Amino acid sequence: MSFLRPKFRHPHLPTNELGYTTTEYEGSLSTLCAGCGHDSISAAIVQACFEMNIEPHKVAKLSGIGCSSKTPAYFLGNSHGFNTVHGRMPSVATGANLANRDLIYLGVSGDGDTASIGMGQFVHAVRRNLNMVYIVMNNGCYGLTKGQDSATADRGSKSKAGSVNPFESIDLCGLALELGASFVGQSFSGDKEQLIPLIKAAMSHKGFAFVNVISPCVTFNNNVGSTKSYDYVRQHMEATATVDFVPMMTEITASYEQGSDATISMHDGTLLHLHKLADGWDPSDKLSAIHALQHARNEAKVLTGLIYYSADGHELHDVLNSSERPLNSLRQEELCPGVAKLEEINKGLR
Amino acid sequence: MSMINDFVVRFANVNGTGSASANYLFAKSIFRMGIPMSPKNIFPSNIQGLPTWYEVRVSERGYLGRREGVDVCVSVNPQSMKQDVACVKPGGYFLYDNTKPLAAELIREDINYLGIPLMATCNREYTDPRQRQLFKNVMYVGALSALLQIEFGVLEELLAEQFAGKEKLIAPNVKALKLGIDYVHEHFTYPLPMRVERRDLVGNSILTTGNSASGLGAVYGGATVVAWYPITPSTSVAEAFHEYADELRIDADGRTNFAIVQAEDELAAIGMVIGASWNGSRSFTATSGPGVSLMNEFLGLAYFAEVPVVLVDVQRTGPSTGMPTRTQQSDLTIAAYASHGDTKHVMLFPSTPTECFDMTADSFDLAERLQTPIMIMSDLDLGMNDHMCTPFQWDEHSEYDRGKVYSAEDLDTIKRYGRYQDVDHDGIPYRTIPGVHATKGSYVVRGSSRDEFAVYTEDSAAYMRNMDRLSKKWETAKTLVHAPQRYQEKDASTSGALFFGTTTDSAQEALDILKASGIVIDALRLRAFPFNNTVAEFVRSHDRVFVIEQNRDGQMRSLLTTELNVDPAKLLSVLNYDGMPITAETITSQILHHLNQTS
Repeated sequence: MSFLRPKFRHPHLPTNELGYTTTEYEGSLSTLCAGCGHDSISAAIVQACFEMNIEPHKVAKLSGIGCSSKTPAYFLGNSHGFNTVHGRMPSVATGANLANRDLIYLGVSGDGDTASIGMGQFVHAVRRNLNMVYIVMNNGCYGLTKGQDSATADRGSKSKAGSVNPFESIDLCGLALELGASFVGQSFSGDKEQLIPLIKAAMSHKGFAFVNVISPCVTFNNNVGSTKSYDYVRQHMEATATVDFVPMMTEITASYEQGSDATISMHDGTLLHLHKLADGWDPSDKLSAIHALQHARNEAKVLTGLIYYSADGHELHDVLNSSERPLNSLRQEELCPGVAKLEEINKGLR
Repeated sequence: MSMINDFVVRFANVNGTGSASANYLFAKSIFRMGIPMSPKNIFPSNIQGLPTWYEVRVSERGYLGRREGVDVCVSVNPQSMKQDVACVKPGGYFLYDNTKPLAAELIREDINYLGIPLMATCNREYTDPRQRQLFKNVMYVGALSALLQIEFGVLEELLAEQFAGKEKLIAPNVKALKLGIDYVHEHFTYPLPMRVERRDLVGNSILTTGNSASGLGAVYGGATVVAWYPITPSTSVAEAFHEYADELRIDADGRTNFAIVQAEDELAAIGMVIGASWNGSRSFTATSGPGVSLMNEFLGLAYFAEVPVVLVDVQRTGPSTGMPTRTQQSDLTIAAYASHGDTKHVMLFPSTPTECFDMTADSFDLAERLQTPIMIMSDLDLGMNDHMCTPFQWDEHSEYDRGKVYSAEDLDTIKRYGRYQDVDHDGIPYRTIPGVHATKGSYVVRGSSRDEFAVYTEDSAAYMRNMDRLSKKWETAKTLVHAPQRYQEKDASTSGALFFGTTTDSAQEALDILKASGIVIDALRLRAFPFNNTVAEFVRSHDRVFVIEQNRDGQMRSLLTTELNVDPAKLLSVLNYDGMPITAETITSQILHHLNQTS
């Protein structure tokens, strides 16, 4: 059951350039577990769109299946949404984008929805450089079926029941880089200071913008020994959230100490390493991005922030040389070649 | 019996040796002489090396279905020679390359042999190895033209058209034709008893494939987003769309008024179609049985979430990979009820390329009107073979029916928009296109249960209201889909026959054969699923109904039994599932067998 959010709001809520308050960017009340990282990401999306003065109805939001994929109901209530089938959001987003290139396409997915059942569609959306924002709410487990390991669970990570994951994890950022994504970022649901600007940057990017957000499952993957155990981290991230990340369109600055690592000790005793974007980092250098990702992985750290950015701006419509007008706006006169042409075709078939 | 304009020629070739264009030249020359003919390509799942056949039936009476028995076999493939000799009817002719002598075991007393040194001649006349190969094919067409009395001028004309812009290729081709003709003139008695005579029986007919017609129909029907995955025998639907659209759909800036994507698999292809349709474009995919299997989950979503989809299913022989280059009508069950849960899908059954054009174009109207998947059930025979058919027509006053879509102005007048409200009591709700209005009309499409306002719910009553409305919509669909075509209404009889798609040609011929022996059978050609009342009435008003189809399990019979609530014992199956197009002989003998058993 989705609950409609009460319409009553404080009369002096700030408005953006469109005269909208954040209310216009919210959705129905979340039905996810209290404290779920995904809700923080929804809130970040709301805030990012509000701050960017995006008209809500100019966004189309899409998802697959799973906890993460329920979230489009919880943000941007004035946007059309499509909760597709498991692992198949990229194809629906591709078709939608081809039909109308003028909307902003925001896809949200989970680690199961992207790295397992949806791997096939994910990689092909990346390599087509589809103009969309693709956010993975990555908690390393299948929340909605009660906590099974997902393909992004790190090798050696311990489940709530105590079993240790024996398989290598899939690094979605590395994969996206490899396949030619033109924007790759990674963040943490508890770090809204970093996440909101990162989403804003992704939304202003032309091409495939991938944002992998580590988002804790408070119910099934929050135990000692889990490398995605974050409920304690969320509280601590506020303290360490000194990242200042400004949208790409202006400049990148950082208020934290350049090149520093942040290590957060959780109250259950596990550690989380956050490696902030280093000084002198060239986000347009793919090789250095790949190297940094691999390096962080070897050090058991999570590299966050903007990882790679290409200003190329070449997306699927450019490859296809398709009309600059949205295809869904073309009228019958422009689509149907007419009777005389058909007679000519008939003649050629006799 | 006269064999003028009434015979079958079969060509036995090696795949990948350039025989297709020579064989097509032969078939088209007969068409140009005003004589009805139907060619069938019988090819392997292979690019080069395996045996391939091309059969041309010539029929003055206009019977275009496949016919058993070969009158003239042109054999240029040693691999298949044994079966090629065996396929010739007694009294028929076996034309072969006698550069090498024929093995003794291939000699039959009851047929005639026409040995022509194709290889030796072409090796002598041409130096380029590729030309030696290609012109062997043209040379046998020349020989056949002399044996069957095909007008040389027609062949010349066709070559001139084929090589327009590459005129220097005409002369060597004409030379090869003449090599064949001269050899026949010098060595054989000609013409043969089976031969052609110019007629005026094709009128303004066109010769084309169902797939090409579907591609063109999609251009005319306004498709803008096409997503597909290569699979025989449907590949040429997307390719035809692309070719036609490249010519017909380029805007003033040189950009395309369409987008075509070769997807990573069929799941993605149908997903893209759903995404594009949801977003207000007309969109389609083309596939075959294995693709439909993969698309099941998405088809269920489209049914339940009510998103228009157009899918051209060019059926082939299943199950599994089956015989991927052979024809069948065996996707009916999976298409009709694709996906888990209670689902039903609209199917259209074209029987000619003309209908492939019409039905593909119409299906965009239907899909948007009904907000549901529409599947055009073609097959390999219809899709990939050339068929003589009536020319394509388009009503210049026709307007696309975009179905029930609320505009921004509409939304301004509505207090609260409910995506799944049955406003008009026909089961079809109003949809909105993303981006239409700043504050109204948005909703989340989902495959989960929802209420009339598209809000997620697990409330049983809301779920049932929705499912019942979808049933009501199904009833509405019956009034919108293509009505069946009735034959022989005046000769009302106690027996009826139901058929559809590519079974039509042979079924009509079979009914004529039976009628000639005094057995009159009413007939109804199904053009769509769901069945409307005419179909139910037809079954009810006959003691027995033969259901003629090209699959093993009588899938159409099952649909009729399930959907019409009729006594299954009344429905007698007439089946063909060997992968070859059904013949009138097969139908006639099975009907006679049924009649003998019941009388």
